[in-house]
Amino acid sequence: MNRIEGRVKVTGLATYAAEYPVEGLVHAFPVQSQIAKGRIRQVDAAQALAMPGVLAVLSSEDPPELAAAASGELALFQSREVAYRGQLVAAVVADTLDNARAAAAAVRVGYDPDDHDVSLRADHPGLYKPDTVNPGLPTDTEKGDVEAGLAAAATVVEVTYATPVLHNNPMEPHAAIACWDDEGRLLVYDTAQGTTWSRDILARVLGLPADRVRVVSRHVGGGFGSKGTPRPQAVLAALAARAVGRPVKAVLTRQQMFDVTGYRTPTIQRLRLGADAEGRLTALEHVAYEQSSTLEEFAEQTATPTRIMYATPALRTAHRLVRLDVATPSWMRAPGEAPGMYALESAMDELAYAAGMDPIELRVVNEPDTEPHSGLPYSSRDLVGCLREGARRFEWERRDPAPGVRRDGEWLVGTGVAASTYPARRRPSRARAVRREDGDYLVQVAAADIGTGARTALTTIAAGALGVDPDQVHVELGDSDLPAAPVAGGSMGTASWGSAVVRACEELKSDGREGVADTTEEIEGDAQFARHAFGAQFAEVRVSSVTGEVRVSRLLGVFAAGHIIDPQLARSQFIGGMTMGMGMALMEETLTDEEFGGFLRRDLAQYHVPACADVRDVEAVWLDERDVELNPMGSKGIGEIGIVGTAAAIGNAVFHATGHRLRELPITPAKILMSRF
Amino acid sequence: MKTFDYARADSAAEAVRDHAPGTMYLGGGTNLVDLMRLGVAEPDRLVDVSRLPLDRIEQAGDRVRIGATVRNSDLAADPGIRARYPMLARAVLTGASGQVRNVATVAGNLLQRTRCAYFQDVTRPCNKRRPGSGCPAIAGDHTNLAIMGASEACVATHPSDMAVALTALGAEVHVTGTGGDRVIPMPGLHRLPGDEPERDTVLEPGELIVAVELPPPPPGAMVYRKVRERASFAFALVSIAAALDVGADGTVAGCRIALGGLAHVPWRAERAEQALLGGPATGEAFLRAAEAELEQASPLPRNAYKVPLTRNLIVSTLEGLAS
Amino acid sequence: MEITLQVNGKARTVDVDPRISLLDLLRERLGLIGAKKGCDHGQCGACTVLLDGRRALSCLALAVAVEGRAVTTVEGLASGDDLHPLQAAFIEHDAFQCGYCTPGQLCSAAGMLDEPGPSAVTEDLRTDPGLTPDEIRERMSGNLCRCGAYVNIVSAISEVAR
Repeated sequence: MNRIEGRVKVTGLATYAAEYPVEGLVHAFPVQSQIAKGRIRQVDAAQALAMPGVLAVLSSEDPPELAAAASGELALFQSREVAYRGQLVAAVVADTLDNARAAAAAVRVGYDPDDHDVSLRADHPGLYKPDTVNPGLPTDTEKGDVEAGLAAAATVVEVTYATPVLHNNPMEPHAAIACWDDEGRLLVYDTAQGTTWSRDILARVLGLPADRVRVVSRHVGGGFGSKGTPRPQAVLAALAARAVGRPVKAVLTRQQMFDVTGYRTPTIQRLRLGADAEGRLTALEHVAYEQSSTLEEFAEQTATPTRIMYATPALRTAHRLVRLDVATPSWMRAPGEAPGMYALESAMDELAYAAGMDPIELRVVNEPDTEPHSGLPYSSRDLVGCLREGARRFEWERRDPAPGVRRDGEWLVGTGVAASTYPARRRPSRARAVRREDGDYLVQVAAADIGTGARTALTTIAAGALGVDPDQVHVELGDSDLPAAPVAGGSMGTASWGSAVVRACEELKSDGREGVADTTEEIEGDAQFARHAFGAQFAEVRVSSVTGEVRVSRLLGVFAAGHIIDPQLARSQFIGGMTMGMGMALMEETLTDEEFGGFLRRDLAQYHVPACADVRDVEAVWLDERDVELNPMGSKGIGEIGIVGTAAAIGNAVFHATGHRLRELPITPAKILMSRF
Repeated sequence: MKTFDYARADSAAEAVRDHAPGTMYLGGGTNLVDLMRLGVAEPDRLVDVSRLPLDRIEQAGDRVRIGATVRNSDLAADPGIRARYPMLARAVLTGASGQVRNVATVAGNLLQRTRCAYFQDVTRPCNKRRPGSGCPAIAGDHTNLAIMGASEACVATHPSDMAVALTALGAEVHVTGTGGDRVIPMPGLHRLPGDEPERDTVLEPGELIVAVELPPPPPGAMVYRKVRERASFAFALVSIAAALDVGADGTVAGCRIALGGLAHVPWRAERAEQALLGGPATGEAFLRAAEAELEQASPLPRNAYKVPLTRNLIVSTLEGLAS
Repeated sequence: MEITLQVNGKARTVDVDPRISLLDLLRERLGLIGAKKGCDHGQCGACTVLLDGRRALSCLALAVAVEGRAVTTVEGLASGDDLHPLQAAFIEHDAFQCGYCTPGQLCSAAGMLDEPGPSAVTEDLRTDPGLTPDEIRERMSGNLCRCGAYVNIVSAISEVAR
C-alpha cells in the first residue's frame, strides 16, 4: 500500500509544526551562550528592546516561572550558571522573524567565565560508573574469566575504536508554536516523536496538570531520536507566548539544532577478543568510554549489543562516563547499537583475519544457543540465515580474502561484512477503534509518523484485525488528546501501537460499536525471552589510491526482523538506515571546539550527510520470521537495525580494499592518505 | 540580519555611482545572503547588479568574453565553453548544486568568501572577519584549510572551483570603478592573506566586475578534477585544473596547473610548470614537478594530508593528460 | 517596499521588509508552506522552487530581488486534481519518508528535467548520455534527504524521464 499521507506530502499540503496558520502569531529567537562554563553576570536587553517590533526579552534577569521539577536542558533561563557553549541564555520575542533575529544579536550578555573541559579521553580522571545505562540496563556485566580466556586463546585481538560526535540532523528543524487559551490551557504544535510523552514532560516542566496541555504533531519531518522528548524550542514557545500574551512560534536554526537538540556521544571503545584454534571465542570484553553534560546524565548503552551477540565462556562489558562542559547527548538512531556494533563487528573482522578464518564462518561458529549474558532463550534469531542469504547474493564464495590486491585503474576494490542487531521490544499503549456512522472504521492512537509510515502500517494492522479493506480504516495519530501511546523510538512504535490497535479492533469486533485497549497488563505478562532482530550487512567499496576517496559501490542488508507488515515501507526504512550508516562510516563528524567549547561544523555544508550521488546500489531484503512471542503482529521494529553494522561492513571493506585498518570514524580521504600513501 | 536599503542598478555605471561606504553589490546572492543571515556581512545598502545587461557569452576574435552576470549554469552549458574550455565547464559543474548554479553569477563566484568555520561564526574570533581578533583555526579545526601561502593571521582557502580553472586558463577580469576601467589577470585577482586577511582580492572599494575574458585555450588536453569525501555538493579538499601539451618528441611543450583548496587564492603551480617545460612527460618528471611545488607547503597537523593528496593528484592528472 | 511577483500563476503584491527571503515570504506571508526551511543557507535544497522555470533556492533569494519574476512552488506543480507525473511517481516509488525534503526534491526534479546535460559525472561533456541513474544522482545532489530515500527518488525520476 502506498503511504496514506503521500498525496498531501507531494502537494505541499502536509502541515509540519511551524506551519499551522495561527492568528496573531509572533516569533521567538534564542540567544546562545558564548562561553562553555561560568556564570552570567548580566543580560542587557535595553538595545534589543528598543529595536523595531520587539515585544519582550526573556532571560535569567527575570526568570520566567517554571515548575520546581524543571531541570536540565528544559529549565530555560532559570539559572545563571552556563553549562556549555551554545546553551540558550535569553530569547527575543518580536513581530517578525527578521526583527526577532536582529534583536537577538543585540542582546548583550556579560559572563564570568571559568575554565572548561570539553574533551573525552579514556584516561579522563572524571570517568565514573553510572548506576545504569540506557534504558535502565546494567552498566557492567561479567561472566566467566576474561583474563583466563585470553590467556588460553590461540588468537587474541586487542583494539581500540573511536566514533565522533554525530548529529541526527532531521531535515525539519525543531519547531514549536505555542498558544495559551483564556482558561490557561496550552496547545503546542511541536516536532514530537510522541505527543503523549511530550505533553507529560511539558506539563511537568511548566507545572501544569497534564490535561491542560495538548501537543499536536500531525507530520514530523524526521527525528531519528532528536525529537524523542521535548527540546528547548517547545518550552521557549510556551514561555514566550505566556510572556507576550500571543501565540509564539519558535523555530531553531540548523546551527542551533547542533547545540541544543542532542547528539550521539563520541565513544572510545576498547575490545579484547580471544579465540581458540577453531575460531570459537574464549573471551570477549568490550569497554566503552563516553560523555554526558554537567546538566544531565545520559549514559549510552554502547557495549550492550556485545552481551547478546556471540557465544563465549568469558564475557565482560562495561561503560564509563565523564561529565564535561558540553551539551547533553541524546538518542540518535540505534543509540548504543550503532557505535557499539561498529566496534564489535570491526573487531570480529580483525579476529577473522588474525585467525585466518572467513568472517562469516567466524560468526557462524560463535552462534549462541541462548543469549550469552542472560542465558535466556531467543524468541527468534536468524543471524546465520541472514549471513548465508547475503553471502549468496553477494557471491561471497568467490571472494579472495587477501587485502589490498584488487585494482580497477586507480581504484582499490574490497568487500566487507558485519552483523547487525537491535532489540525487539514493545511498550504499553492505548488505542480506540470505533465504527463510524458511514460504516467505516476510525482508529485512534497518539502514535507519531516521523516518516516511518506509521499511519499506513497501523491502517494495515487494523484492517487485518477487523477483516476489512484498508480503504475502510481511518487512523488518527499525532495528537496527545488521542489515547496515550509511547514514542516513535527504540524501534518500538509499531509493535507498541499495533498491539493496542489489534486489541481495540478485536474488542470492536465483539462489541460492534467501539473497542478500547490498554496493553499494560498484556505486556507485563509477556514471557521471558531474549527479543532481538538480527541482520547482516554487506558492502563493496572503491578506494582511490590517488585521493583516498571512498565510494560505496554496493550495500546489501539482509534482515530477520519478524513478520514484515508492509514490504514497501520496510524496504524504505532499512535502506534509509543503511544510508545513514554510510554517512556514519565515511563523512559524518561534528568537531568539539577545544578552545572555546561548543561544536564546530554546525551546518549542512560542513557536517556532511550522504547526498544522492553517494547512494548507488543499496538494497535491503529480509527473511520472514514467524515469532509468536513478540506481539499480535509477530513483528520486530525495523527503524534502527538498518544503521547497525553498516559502518563496520564499510570499514571492513576498506580494509579488504587497502590492507589498512582505520579505527576512527569517519573514514575520510585524510585518514586513508595519512595511513597509506 | 541587520536592516539595509535596497536598490537595483540598471547599468554598471549607475551601480558604481551608487556605491558608498557600507554598500555591497548583490549578484545572485547565493553567498552574500548566506553571509548576511549569519551576521558576517552587514551592508547598509545593497545595490542589486544581478539584472545588469552583462549576461552574455561572446566570441571576440580568438577570445571569449563572459559577462559578469552570466549564471554559472549557463556558462557550464555553453557549447563553445564545453568544446574549447572543458576544464572550465567541468569546474563550474562540480561546484555547489544545480539550484545554486542556476542563480550564482560568474562575478559572484569569483568573489565568494571562504567557508572556514570560524569566519562564518560571528561569536568566534577571526582575523578575516574582525581584523586583529585572532585565528583560532591554526590551533583548532583547519582540516580543510590552507597549506600554501598562508600567514600567521589566516589559513583560509578560497572555495571556488571556477576560479581554479580560470587561473589555469589565464583569464582576465574586467572591472569598472570610480577610478575608471582596468583589467586584472588571473592569477592576480585574489591575494594571499599576509597581515590583511580581511582583503580577499585586489579590488578597490566600489569596483565592479563586468566581465571575464578567456584567451584562446592552451594547446593540448585539459581537465579539472575535484576531490571530496562526499561525492557531490561539497567543497573541494583539493582540486586541480591542468592542461598539458606534449610535443612530438615526447617533451612537455606547454603546461598549466592550478590548484584549489590549498590556499587563500586559486593556486597557480608555477614551480611545477617550470620544472616540466621542455622535459620528458613521464611519471617521474611529474612527481619531481609536484614535489618542487610542494616544497612551499607548510601544513598544519590536521591538514598535512593535503601534501600527499596534492602530490598524487598532480602526478595522476598529468599522467592522464599525457596518455 | 512594495513588490509584485507571480506566484503559481497569480500576481501577488506585498509590502516587504528588504531582509525577508523569498522562502519566508512564501511561508509566513503568503500561506504557502510547500517550500520548506531545512537550513536557511542553501545547503539542503528543501526550499527549492522554480524561478522563471529554473530551479532555485528560495532561502537565498531576497524577496525584493525577485520582484517581477514568476515563482512556482510545489503547490503549483499539479494541474487541479491531476498530480504532476513526478508527484505521482514519488508516491508510487515510495520516494519519501518524512516528506520534509519532498517539495524541494519535486521542484528540483521538475527543473532538472528541462536542464541541458550532461553533468560533471559524465566523462566527456560534449556527449549527452541522457538521464541515466548516474546523471540523475549527480543532478539531484543539491537536495538532501536524511531519511535516505535516494534510491527510490532516483527510480521515481527515472520513470518520468523515460
